Amino acid sequence: MKLLRSASLLAAAAVCCSAFAVAQTTVSIPPNIRAVQPPAPWMKIPVPPLPAFHPVEPTRIELKNGLVILLEPDHELPFINGSITMRGGSRDIPESEAGLIDLYSMVWRNSGTSTMSGDQLSDLLASKAASIETDGDVDSTDVSWSCMTKNEKQIFALAVDLLEHPAFNERQLQLAQRQEIAGIVRRNDNAPDIAQREAAMLVYGKNSPYARLPQISTVMGITLQELEAWHAKTLVPNNMIVSVEGDFDPAKMEQALRAAFGGLKRGPAWPKPTGVFTGPKPGVYAVNKSDVDQSNIWIVGLGTKRNNPDYYALTVMNEIFSGGFGSRLFQDVRTKQGLAYEVYGAYGASFDHPGVFFTAAATKSGTTVKTTEALLKEINELKTKPFTASELASAKDQLLNSFIFNFDSRDKVLNRAVELEFYGYPADFLEKYRTGIESVTLADLERVAHKYIDPSKLAILVVGNEAHYGTPLTALDKGPVTPLDITIPMPAAMRQQLMGGGQ
Amino acid sequence: MRYLRAARWLAPVCCVMVAAAALAQGSAQAATASSTSNFAANAALQAAEASGHALVQKELALFNKRVTVKVLPNGLTLILCNRPGAPVFSYFTLVNAGDANDPTGESGIAHMFEHMAFKGTQDLGTTNYPAEKIALAKVETTYAAYDREYRKRVGRNPQKLAELHAAFKKAEADADQYVIPNEFTEIAEANGATGLNAETGLDYTRYFWSMPINRLQLWAYMESDRIAHPVLRQFYQERNVVMEEHRMRIDSNPVGLMVEQFLAAAYVASPYHRPGIGWMSELSQITATEAWAFHKKYYVPSNIVIAVVGDVTPADLPMLEKYFGAIPAGPKPQPMTTIEPRQVAEKAVFLKMPTQPMFLEGYHRPDYLSPDDATYDAIQDIFSNGRTSRLYRSLVEKQQIAAEAEGFTGFPATKQASMFAFFAVPNPGHTDEQMKAAIQQQIEKIKTTDVTTAELEMFKTRARADLLRSLNSNQGIAQALAMSQLRYGNWQHLFTQINQIDAVTKADIRRVANEVFVPSNCTYIMVQHEAPPSPPTAAGKTAGGAR
Repeated sequence: MKLLRSASLLAAAAVCCSAFAVAQTTVSIPPNIRAVQPPAPWMKIPVPPLPAFHPVEPTRIELKNGLVILLEPDHELPFINGSITMRGGSRDIPESEAGLIDLYSMVWRNSGTSTMSGDQLSDLLASKAASIETDGDVDSTDVSWSCMTKNEKQIFALAVDLLEHPAFNERQLQLAQRQEIAGIVRRNDNAPDIAQREAAMLVYGKNSPYARLPQISTVMGITLQELEAWHAKTLVPNNMIVSVEGDFDPAKMEQALRAAFGGLKRGPAWPKPTGVFTGPKPGVYAVNKSDVDQSNIWIVGLGTKRNNPDYYALTVMNEIFSGGFGSRLFQDVRTKQGLAYEVYGAYGASFDHPGVFFTAAATKSGTTVKTTEALLKEINELKTKPFTASELASAKDQLLNSFIFNFDSRDKVLNRAVELEFYGYPADFLEKYRTGIESVTLADLERVAHKYIDPSKLAILVVGNEAHYGTPLTALDKGPVTPLDITIPMPAAMRQQLMGGGQ
Repeated sequence: MRYLRAARWLAPVCCVMVAAAALAQGSAQAATASSTSNFAANAALQAAEASGHALVQKELALFNKRVTVKVLPNGLTLILCNRPGAPVFSYFTLVNAGDANDPTGESGIAHMFEHMAFKGTQDLGTTNYPAEKIALAKVETTYAAYDREYRKRVGRNPQKLAELHAAFKKAEADADQYVIPNEFTEIAEANGATGLNAETGLDYTRYFWSMPINRLQLWAYMESDRIAHPVLRQFYQERNVVMEEHRMRIDSNPVGLMVEQFLAAAYVASPYHRPGIGWMSELSQITATEAWAFHKKYYVPSNIVIAVVGDVTPADLPMLEKYFGAIPAGPKPQPMTTIEPRQVAEKAVFLKMPTQPMFLEGYHRPDYLSPDDATYDAIQDIFSNGRTSRLYRSLVEKQQIAAEAEGFTGFPATKQASMFAFFAVPNPGHTDEQMKAAIQQQIEKIKTTDVTTAELEMFKTRARADLLRSLNSNQGIAQALAMSQLRYGNWQHLFTQINQIDAVTKADIRRVANEVFVPSNCTYIMVQHEAPPSPPTAAGKTAGGAR
């Protein structure tokens, strides 16, 4: 799902519940800070009880054909924003067609409808400061619209027209192929990009739908018929969620949505995701990039799913491990040792497949091994350095006192609801989050650290300038270093033209 | 390849924390509060076929009721904006100084100071400030002694240098014993701070986070204390962190390197010729003493605007005044005297590296107070805004020579005379020269033929809608109000700018294009692929190539 793109590799962010009220009346003082001192004057700054706040939950309507509607009126500004999300994304495409969803989402919008070309559509939307966009992701595609209240009727009709009568055309397919290939030939230009995607490939497997890359050959092989077939396959009301937020009358909006979508015929339910997840082959992996002076280091393994009962304990563990300036990783690798500007990590949890457990940093070439060792030490210490009551209390304060920011605006409330609906999570899942976090104990932390953290199952990836490491990666004592081949497959003539015959 | 907003990711801005880390904390742009009662009013307006203009006027009237501005006796400007909804607030502290203000030889110091503003105060981050103060003074004297020897061009004594370095490291360790590392930010985070970060650009330095409203007083204490009484502890450890940021943003980043080399060529006198994060040689030698002097000169209350938006009311003002009014006053820094001289010759840079080609060119334009500022916005919109824009339609869609192409105003910043720039990414098989020629064709067109009525209207309609759309979060509103207040002396400019936009004519666009888009006012850079040299070690041979 689009909402989750940035979070997919990162820690599972906090989720929300339907009410928030807390009667705390003192400043939260990280306990490690003032244990031995007489209280400073600022500690007496009053913290009045936070007023009770009940976010307005969206209205859920399920049509007879299975389509789910979620409505969140918000009259602050004269705009309406809507989205139609369909199940199915790049993970459901065979490897031989990798890149299809990218092309689909570009060609769909750019081609326009059977009665209005993409350019005509763009002109009309621009004249009204409105937008209609199509997008695709690992598990879904969507068409979304945004417009001023007064234009809703017209813009919504156009969005529905694009959904029901798209006109995928050859010229736009060629344009999209060019754009996609422009991205492919540039994918080795940036070291951090290389590191992130290769790390995902180590965890999920090079050919896994969660990690694989589109190639020039797969992109060139995709046809208009395949895009049309994909579209027809996903346009099934019982696999769709329509969400609308903004300045509308709910009864009228419901009527308009029923009229637009009520006639769609129910189809087969989209299959649940499958897949075998074994995690990386442990070892050290390297990509040499001789034009950089900084190494990107990723230590990765398999994470978990968010419906794991240990999710709350893992969330608290993540907070202690890397959840901000006070976390172990930040304090040691950045503040104390000054080895890195970027350092982060988390035991990741995705909704319907295992996330990634990652610890990463970027450091100058000459401290590559030293920094890798520092990261490994922090990972090991999740098991060997007992969590303290003070760490636990700080982590809970951070998660619980910032909890309201999970639902302090209507668009956040709506996005959460769509997310739960999409992944089939129970409605009370979010309400349990707060109590789940509150109830985590030191024993829970120790238990989950021992259960889930296994340094012997991790892969270490370094993308950097090997000639300047000083200490070689073999000094990590994790066995031989496996070089990764990141050569971009392309025709010889093209390679000659773009790269002078080099890689 | 996705269509990117070049102005956003080319602009040199540095932060105290990477965005990814902020994401891992579950932070996000704060808050669209639930709203009260606008629905009926909106409906009435629309029934009357109200223009976007009327809607902007209506919002301004609403904000006139919600906003309180107070200039404190010490010169600090406080803006409060009540926005009903969740019991939260966001703040935005805007300091009217950035890396363009770095003294000669100290490039990067504004940004370095911004990192230090998270290190605490005399009360936060220390177990014993009086003792720490003495220890920190010793760090500076030992560092200065080491630095004097280090900088000797002739007669540097390696043994003496090593001894001086050891003395400095010992003083640093001594001072470290009093430090409670990251206490300031830990307190903020434990009290629910979300989206905590700061940014230093060339023009301004910005600090911001969001918190539950019951921590308003705690925030006022912390923010005022770090403005008034920061302690520059662990400076030299943090300097190493910032040098890593330099490697990430510039040395190991093709786009960063391209922008650095472009600006260095395009500007001769303006401080915009330096990278915001500094030259590595200077960054690696700046001192806490210099950072302290920067603070003393620029972090005076009369040089700072703070906006607080959310569940705040004028009743909170006395409490805020108590904290922020206590910051010692100082003389308002003078605007700089340097004005970039007229460019007299076209300049070109050819940067060869193991990366695919990119093209960037820029034409000097006046600063943001120019009466033509809105005309530049119009030109940007017509060249670049989305699928209907001229550069997209010509280079990307019709000719299919570029993966992306845009023109944008205010590069690399806006307070001083800056540039209107063009950025294009060639498709495989196409060249930077083709980008330049195709852009030139579009420039000629806008110089010789009026833009269409539809194009001009699209620009104006979108500008009004974008303004209204931007009013959807506490953090966004806080930033917009503070920026308008500081840059124009009144926050209402956020809304009244629409009048300048409305006044732009086709003739204005042609006149400005003819003034500015001339070869002698142009600098361009072509990034061209060149294979990296073969690594000298055998190790390099075994690894996969990253070319």
